[in-house]
Amino acid sequence: MLLIHCPYCNEERPELEFRHAGEAHIARPTNITAISDEEFTQFFFLRDNPKGIAFERWRHMHGCGRFFNAVRDTVTDKFVTTYEAGQPRPDLPAGGENEKGAGK
Amino acid sequence: MRKYSIFAVAREAMRGHKGWPQQWTSPEPKKQYDVIIVGAGGHGLGTAYYLAKEHGITNIAVIEKGWLGGGNTGRNTTIIRSNYLYDESAGLYNHAMKLWDGLSQELNYNVMYSARGVMMLTHNVHDVQGAQRHIHANRLNGVQNEWLTPEQAKEFCPPLNISQTARYPVMGAALQRCGGVARHDAVAWGYARAAAARGVDIIQNCAVTGIRRSPSGAVEGVDTTRGFIGAKKVGVAAAGHSSVLMEMAGINMPLESYPLQALVSEPVKPIFPCVVMSNTVHAYISQSDKGELVIGAGTDQYTSYSQTGGLHILTHTLDAICEMFPIFTRMKMLRSWGGIVDVTPDRSPILAKTPVSGLYVNCGWGTGGFKATPGSANVFAHTIANDAPHPINAPFTLERFRTGRLIDEAAAAAVAH
Ligand SMILES: Cc1cc2nc3c(=O)[nH]c(=O)nc-3n(C[C@H](O)[C@H](O)[C@H](O)COP(=O)(O)OP(=O)(O)OC[C@H]3O[C@@H](n4cnc5c(N)ncnc54)[C@H](O)[C@@H]3O)c2cc1C
Ligand SMILES: [Zn+2]
Repeated sequence: MLLIHCPYCNEERPELEFRHAGEAHIARPTNITAISDEEFTQFFFLRDNPKGIAFERWRHMHGCGRFFNAVRDTVTDKFVTTYEAGQPRPDLPAGGENEKGAGK
Repeated sequence: MRKYSIFAVAREAMRGHKGWPQQWTSPEPKKQYDVIIVGAGGHGLGTAYYLAKEHGITNIAVIEKGWLGGGNTGRNTTIIRSNYLYDESAGLYNHAMKLWDGLSQELNYNVMYSARGVMMLTHNVHDVQGAQRHIHANRLNGVQNEWLTPEQAKEFCPPLNISQTARYPVMGAALQRCGGVARHDAVAWGYARAAAARGVDIIQNCAVTGIRRSPSGAVEGVDTTRGFIGAKKVGVAAAGHSSVLMEMAGINMPLESYPLQALVSEPVKPIFPCVVMSNTVHAYISQSDKGELVIGAGTDQYTSYSQTGGLHILTHTLDAICEMFPIFTRMKMLRSWGGIVDVTPDRSPILAKTPVSGLYVNCGWGTGGFKATPGSANVFAHTIANDAPHPINAPFTLERFRTGRLIDEAAAAAVAH
């Protein structure tokens, strides 16, 4: 079980309190009815699924209830950092190269 | 390839079993092949076999980063069934079901396919309605599936607790009698041996690190840890690593990779006659011929390539198993492990050509692709040989995530396997 640091509660809590909520930094297009099928596919179905550093959303369901973002290495499952929703992707220390799709 | 038979066994018994040949060789990679398959799981090895046998293409390499059958093929709980909801799925999984029957003879290798019946339990009204809907849809498609009352379910599987005061009371079950299990390793080994006998090179301990393309964009071959290997056609069958491989050709996939775990108990005498699945409480159980209870758990909630999942996922499953089968509460568990499964948004596989000329993909089997191995390999070989899908896999495209023609077994079943 993962230990996850909630940036709002500022506490490390067991994974059971949290819900994973998919890839982070995917903005729903504001003109959703106007975009092309390709753009919709990209937004709705395609995922980075990186082997290495991943940016993802979590929700502290059984705590403060809020969504936040995390950076986690999907090979070791170690968290690099967590940060509040709405903040940009943090700069990562060098050497965080991925076998696939590092934070584009 | 020396044929296995009772005479061969008798002859070797007289000679102290010193004359058995290797089942397949480990050749040096050639510079150029007609087809390269990435991933020596059941799907990749089977594809090579059917390419050689049915399409006359024998200049093939199957390239595997680890050892053959060491991926999900060697890690799964071996449940075989075909009672999926939609017509497209019925076509694909029934095709596999037909090939399971007779696969041991075809490969001259005992894959231990045992049609002992797969029983899916229902625990609430929603489950019952879902199961009945599946049964009716299956019947229309000529797929076996029948309804059992709790008493009939207990008769079919005596260790089952059908007390209505149980935490997850059994309200009935859907039974597919032709469903069952097979020996997972033997499926990989049998296809490997039969493919090698037809001239296929199986290259183990060799990771594909890049997919090379010509200026026109077409596939030219793959970069590997043992150098460049050329081929005009490359088929990717890399399960949990499909996103990683396809990214090498610049293709972003509708896939997410999750750990899925299983565990086995200490071996005991025959006690469990069939396969029982409960999607609602997320537990699957059967007994291997060695005597171990083979138990499947759920996926973790987060994407990962770690091949280890959380302990609470296993304990949750064991809670459910102990509730449904109180007889097993004192059993000791021997081993647990994880595999990385590639999950699509509609929980159906992708078995198709790709936007890159000469590149084909067989992925998205998620938590439930072992059962499809022979059928999937068979139609994937057709797709590669003809540069066009077989009618059976024609609906399982990448484009369906643009056109919206999903094969939504996700909504249909809430769970795969
Ligand atoms: C715990 C568990 C239980 C399951 N239970 C069931 C079940 O009961 N019934 C069912 O039908 N299905 C089940 N499944 C799913 C099933 O195991 C898979 O869908 C199926 O085995 C996939 O077969 P494959 O040949 O595509 O993949 P694999 O057997 O995983 O083969 C893919 C191969 O590709 C190789 N590879 C990856 N990257 C590279 C690279 N860069 N270069 C070279 N090679 C590479 C890997 O090493 C691997 O050997 C289960 C899976 C798990 C993990
Ligand atoms: Zn919190």
